[in-house]
Amino acid sequence: MTLFATIIVALEALRLNALRTTLAMLGIIIGVAAVITMASISTGASQRVEQFISSLGTNLLIARPGSSGMGGRQSGAGTSQSFEEKDVTALRNRVADIAAISGVVNGSGAIVYGNKNWQTGVQGVHADYHVARAWDVAEGSRLTDEDIRRKAKVAVIGKTIATELFGGQSPIGERIRIKNVPFEVIGVLEEKGQSGMGRDQDDTILVPISTARTRLAGREGSVAEPVQMMFISVRDGASMARVQEEVEAVLMERRNIRPGDQADFDVRNMSEFIQARTATQNTMGMLLATSAAISLVVGGIGIMNIMLVSVTERTREIGLRMAVGARGRDILVQFLVEAITLCLVGGLVGLAVGALCSGLVAHYAEWPVVMDPVYVILALFGSATVGLFFGFYPARRASKLNPIDALRYE
Amino acid sequence: MSEIIPVIEARGLYRHYYQGSQVVKALDGVDVTIMPGEFVAVMGPSGSGKSTFMNICGALDQPSGGSVKLDGRDLAGMSRDDLADLRNEVIGFVFQQFNLLPRTSAIANVMLPLRYAGISGPDAVALCERALTAVDLYQRMDHHPNELSGGQQQRVAIARALVTNPKLIFADEPTGALDSVTTVEVLKLFQRLNAEGMTIVMVTHDADVAAYASRCLHFKDGRIIDDVRQSERAAQ
Repeated sequence: MTLFATIIVALEALRLNALRTTLAMLGIIIGVAAVITMASISTGASQRVEQFISSLGTNLLIARPGSSGMGGRQSGAGTSQSFEEKDVTALRNRVADIAAISGVVNGSGAIVYGNKNWQTGVQGVHADYHVARAWDVAEGSRLTDEDIRRKAKVAVIGKTIATELFGGQSPIGERIRIKNVPFEVIGVLEEKGQSGMGRDQDDTILVPISTARTRLAGREGSVAEPVQMMFISVRDGASMARVQEEVEAVLMERRNIRPGDQADFDVRNMSEFIQARTATQNTMGMLLATSAAISLVVGGIGIMNIMLVSVTERTREIGLRMAVGARGRDILVQFLVEAITLCLVGGLVGLAVGALCSGLVAHYAEWPVVMDPVYVILALFGSATVGLFFGFYPARRASKLNPIDALRYE
Repeated sequence: MSEIIPVIEARGLYRHYYQGSQVVKALDGVDVTIMPGEFVAVMGPSGSGKSTFMNICGALDQPSGGSVKLDGRDLAGMSRDDLADLRNEVIGFVFQQFNLLPRTSAIANVMLPLRYAGISGPDAVALCERALTAVDLYQRMDHHPNELSGGQQQRVAIARALVTNPKLIFADEPTGALDSVTTVEVLKLFQRLNAEGMTIVMVTHDADVAAYASRCLHFKDGRIIDDVRQSERAAQ
């Protein structure tokens, strides 16, 4: 008998027991659906983080006050004394491989244009911020060193704010009020999209750091010209780690911390983020693989159980098939094909259910969901393998039956 | 002129098996030759060995000793696969309980042996239609077993046995599950097929049923105690 004919026979047998077939597939369906959903969600999450990291730039160092030891935070970021303008100048002058450095002073307040207003974060920055974060303007002009020096009341606004306050019209040259201080809009930033944590990066306003200090932020402790954090971009080809060390050394010295002591600030580079993310992803991957394996094995045992019942219940049918000329191999292949078909169809249905669930999560949780074709192929290949593995024993048992015993079976 | 080969040639056939410590002699030395075109009834009380005889001659069971030649081919030493092919090509089986696949049309049931013979497509359909025509069920080929009467179901089973054009048909109590009217219907069908040249071996415990055959083998305690041909029977 040809393989094709055997497959037809197997499919007919499955059709004849539609209810049992469905129940047998349920385990595989649920298993595959769960795996696909989880995989899609985690792939979506890691892509979002990846986008965020690349939007920050991979040659970026971020310095913040407050220490963070590897064994847990000792004090929250920002609780210790902030940096100051002189730190920025010192780093710019003393660390050769810094391509650009910008201090940041954060504030927030209501932005008013005409009769519209919008609550958002305001960042006081240096002109080099555009370079350090590789974030140019899409329209208008950047902040300049001259703006910083003059404490100019100019602002570069994010795409979201441009849309919210100005709708379709160009905001360049328009006057807005930030915390009641009038500013002139000189530029609109390029669109960056969401950050890894789901925050809209385009919902921001950049103003000169000097203006921010005097007009928008309160004085910070005893520091005359405070800087809350620094973005430092490293020259192409220079070692991130070495520049990071140099930056740390300069800051230690300036803050009178002896080498080897616990620093009261924290310098991070993006490769640490990437490493942390890779580690998380590996853990996630292991978790997924384990749960996938467990659910497929559980599903497979269900299939084996059903196939054994099926072989027992259809013993007379097997006997008849042997009496009319079925070889052992024909019976073996028939039951194997039945088992594999059960698993494969279950896998396909599970895939559809998984895609549906992922879609629902994407829609209701507003979570980016990505269906990786690799998972799709793995799920189908895995379920077919499960069918082959767990179907083999019952199929072999059927094929080894003695024709006369099978025919006489009550 | 070539010699006519017997369809079944059994020599010194015995089949012993153990039930606990007791030896059961299901067959205890059977010699018989059945020639093409014969319609043989195998009779005897239960436990007489008639079913064991049929199972061994039908290549469904192996003898403990002795030899069986089916259409000139010695079954001894044949592999499971060879035996399966032999059953497919040489023998058609008809069982007491019909053994049709449920929820499967008559023609699909009849086609089953052809599938294992590797025949498919229009050829297979044509053969099935011919077999169903031979049992007068051409009109009902699309019916499922539960839509057919017992007699009709048994005729589908007979069509299934005929479809590969075998050398002989083994019928194991073919009327055991039928009422008297359909019993006659099925036996007349056997007689007609036999008249057209088919060799038929039918196991039964019912003398009225056996009367339709042209030769009757009586089994008792694993041996043939009587071998009567119709002409002799008419004389009795």
